[in-house]
Amino acid sequence: MTNNATPYAIELRDISKRFGAVQANKDICLQVEAGTIHGIIGENGAGKSTLMSIIYGFYEADTGYIEVDSKRVDIRTSQDAIDSGIGMVHQHFMLVENFTVLENVVLGAEGGALLKQGMDAARVELQRLAQEYSLDIDVDAIVEELPVGLQQRVEILKALYRGARILILDEPTGVLTPQEADHLFRILKALKEQGVTVLLITHKLREILASTDNVSVMRQGEMVAHRETAKTDKEELAELMVGKKVRLQVSKEVAAPTETVLSAKNLCFVDGQGVERLKNVSLDLRAGEIVGIAGVSGNGQSELLNVLSGITPMTSGEIQFGDTLINAKAPKNAAQMRDLKMAHVPEDRHKMGLVTGFEAYEAAVLGYHNSDAYNGKVLMNRKVMVDECSRRMAGWDVRPPNPHLKTANFSGGNQQKIVIAREVEQNPDVLLIGQPTRGVDIGAIENIHEQIVKLCVAGKAILLVSVELDEIMALSDRIIVMFDGAIVGELDIKDADERTLGLMMANAYNEELSEQALQEGESA
Amino acid sequence: MSQPKVPVWVNVALIPFINIMLAFLVSGLVILAIGEDPIEAAGYLIYGAFGYDEGIGYTLYYATNFIFTGLAVSVAFKAGLFNIGGEGQAYIGGLGVGLVCLALDKTMPFYVIAPLAIIGAGVFGAAWAYIPAYLQARRGSHIVITTIMFNFIASSLMVYLIVNWLKEDGRMAPNSRTFEESAWLPYLHDFFLPLGIDIGSSPLNFAFVIALVCCVLVWGLIWHTRWGYQLRTLGTSATAASYAGIDTAKVTIWVMLISGGLAGFVGINEIMGVNHSLLLNFTAGYGFAGIAVSLMGRNHPIGIVLAAILFGALYQGGAELAFELPNITPEIVVVIQGLVILFSGALEHMFKDRIEGFFIRRAVA
Repeated sequence: MTNNATPYAIELRDISKRFGAVQANKDICLQVEAGTIHGIIGENGAGKSTLMSIIYGFYEADTGYIEVDSKRVDIRTSQDAIDSGIGMVHQHFMLVENFTVLENVVLGAEGGALLKQGMDAARVELQRLAQEYSLDIDVDAIVEELPVGLQQRVEILKALYRGARILILDEPTGVLTPQEADHLFRILKALKEQGVTVLLITHKLREILASTDNVSVMRQGEMVAHRETAKTDKEELAELMVGKKVRLQVSKEVAAPTETVLSAKNLCFVDGQGVERLKNVSLDLRAGEIVGIAGVSGNGQSELLNVLSGITPMTSGEIQFGDTLINAKAPKNAAQMRDLKMAHVPEDRHKMGLVTGFEAYEAAVLGYHNSDAYNGKVLMNRKVMVDECSRRMAGWDVRPPNPHLKTANFSGGNQQKIVIAREVEQNPDVLLIGQPTRGVDIGAIENIHEQIVKLCVAGKAILLVSVELDEIMALSDRIIVMFDGAIVGELDIKDADERTLGLMMANAYNEELSEQALQEGESA
Repeated sequence: MSQPKVPVWVNVALIPFINIMLAFLVSGLVILAIGEDPIEAAGYLIYGAFGYDEGIGYTLYYATNFIFTGLAVSVAFKAGLFNIGGEGQAYIGGLGVGLVCLALDKTMPFYVIAPLAIIGAGVFGAAWAYIPAYLQARRGSHIVITTIMFNFIASSLMVYLIVNWLKEDGRMAPNSRTFEESAWLPYLHDFFLPLGIDIGSSPLNFAFVIALVCCVLVWGLIWHTRWGYQLRTLGTSATAASYAGIDTAKVTIWVMLISGGLAGFVGINEIMGVNHSLLLNFTAGYGFAGIAVSLMGRNHPIGIVLAAILFGALYQGGAELAFELPNITPEIVVVIQGLVILFSGALEHMFKDRIEGFFIRRAVA
């Protein structure tokens, strides 16, 4: 089968990988032409990350092999991958935050016992790379002081410094503003022109269409299609990804909000390091309305959820929730907030929403474990918990419907359903939802979105935090944009578009307005 | 992505077994090096621990201490806390028992003294654990450091108290007076003899039964109550605990109280059951060995009982071995015990990945 004439930078042959009962990759074949940008798209859980981990030597494939430049290579560790000219930019950066750019790039490739020589050589080499690929960066800057877009650039430089000719980017735009993402794609194009082969992993159709030459689609561990990007479109790719026609839009009536249920005024939160994470945040939640919080992650959304739900006490400000006034002097913890009928689907279901070592029925009472419904005088009533869990699993289509399975063994979407079912079925007045569909496959996303809309129609006040603009725009009635711990803009859904929101998220909206005003003033 | 599955028995039985065998293998080499026959030595050790009634009694008597300290470590561990202070808590627990017995043995009958002494052991052990627990929960002082330090403080405190206050007048030995028999916990052989069962004369006493009851109670607490639910949540994920509205400081404190109380129960076995007087250094390292027992028993009461019996057997069989083979000094026995702790405690994960990997690949194929 091997055809040495074709200039493939990397070829995968029948790669399979299995984790216990889950076939993560099944007979994957992939050919990536040298000097192209090749997209790999698929839902979360389709096996993209596993495949990339195999290429980069984190996992070993059960069967199959990899060829680089038409030569079979044996990649057992990431060092093998680096030696084969493969570089990887991880979704979560692998940088030492308090090191400089130069130190980070050299890390692991210091070249000798004494640092100075290696560092000096690296400085020269970095400058050459920066020039060649137009990746400008101050090599002496401390990494944590750089914006995420530049941190990602450090990751790319790190890979290139190690001689990578094949660059893998795993969900590179998850943490970027739309503007930063555009910048990244310009960099990738520049890399391609220099002959670097780029493998771009993403679940965002827009990015694939905007930047790749070829695209491969993965579904449930299998490679289901290869397309030339120019000859395909959004609808076809979406269909290939999911395997059926999808609605990208949620059917939702215009909201008819009634009374204000929760009103937060001037919430401030200063963390343990003395950093102001929330700056005078004020917002109202009304019954029968979904308020969306948009923003690049890390701009205070998580802290807002934590303060509202009582997980972390506020530093100052107040929350009027029904008849109860909560402030720094009269705080309420998460259990007390639940008693006031607030439910919270946390952003991070692994760390917060579930205890991954617990069986499903145990995780299904987290936060409500003191409720009389689940307890006898001394012992917990296991039968009640298991029965209720089974009932919910049936109602929410959780698969497999086994209350005794460890929560870690459910897929992301099913884990999320367990969490949402738990919170929703307590019939709360206010529901806080963070990243409801992160790591959830499209089929389940639809289901979850429908449930959220249903709750809103039933008259609940809902606060939705998401880094997915599409999701915010599909569900919200009002959109609040956060930047650096403060609210920088609020839009009614009918006035919202991606460009405006993107600019607001980068806190560039007002600047742009003033620039426009300036230009108009000049031309006038 | 689902985690690969490994059969349960691999983790609970095979890996500990392999670790112990490795420890014995290395011990065998040590014994070979000092010119004795390892097989013969193993024979003495096993016979000493299990070969005759008194031997079994001694093994279980030692095991009683290990069950208490093992449970103490495991309860704390389930909540994500490393209680290294079992030794000190056991020591102070013994003080509680001793004070109750010394105060009441001349005036009160056994059935009044026994429950009070048990409570004394628990309360004193718990009180000794409370201070590190408070410092961890409210002040953020790391519990590993504080519990270690409190072992030394307990040790000094006991020397001071026994030498200056509790020592029997007119005697050189740093012991309290011997309790009246009303404050003696019955030996099991005394209990069984009237029933026509002769189990040989050994220090095995009712504290062993209390230890087994504690196993059941700890099991129920951890897996079947809301408090155990909170404890396990905290132990697995502190962020999930705060999300669930669990007061982590409160849970930390009461978990350590239970842990300290369990360690304090060593005092029942040693002071009330065997020595019948308050003396120095009766804890003899049981508190520290409890860490290894808990690790080896996978923090589960059943596992802890099995691991405790193994350690009891090492103590008892080791003493027998040192007696039978003059070349093998008690220090060599300590080496063997140390190797078991090293392989099943500190190095417990040395082969874990490889063994689990083997079973995963086999499951896949």
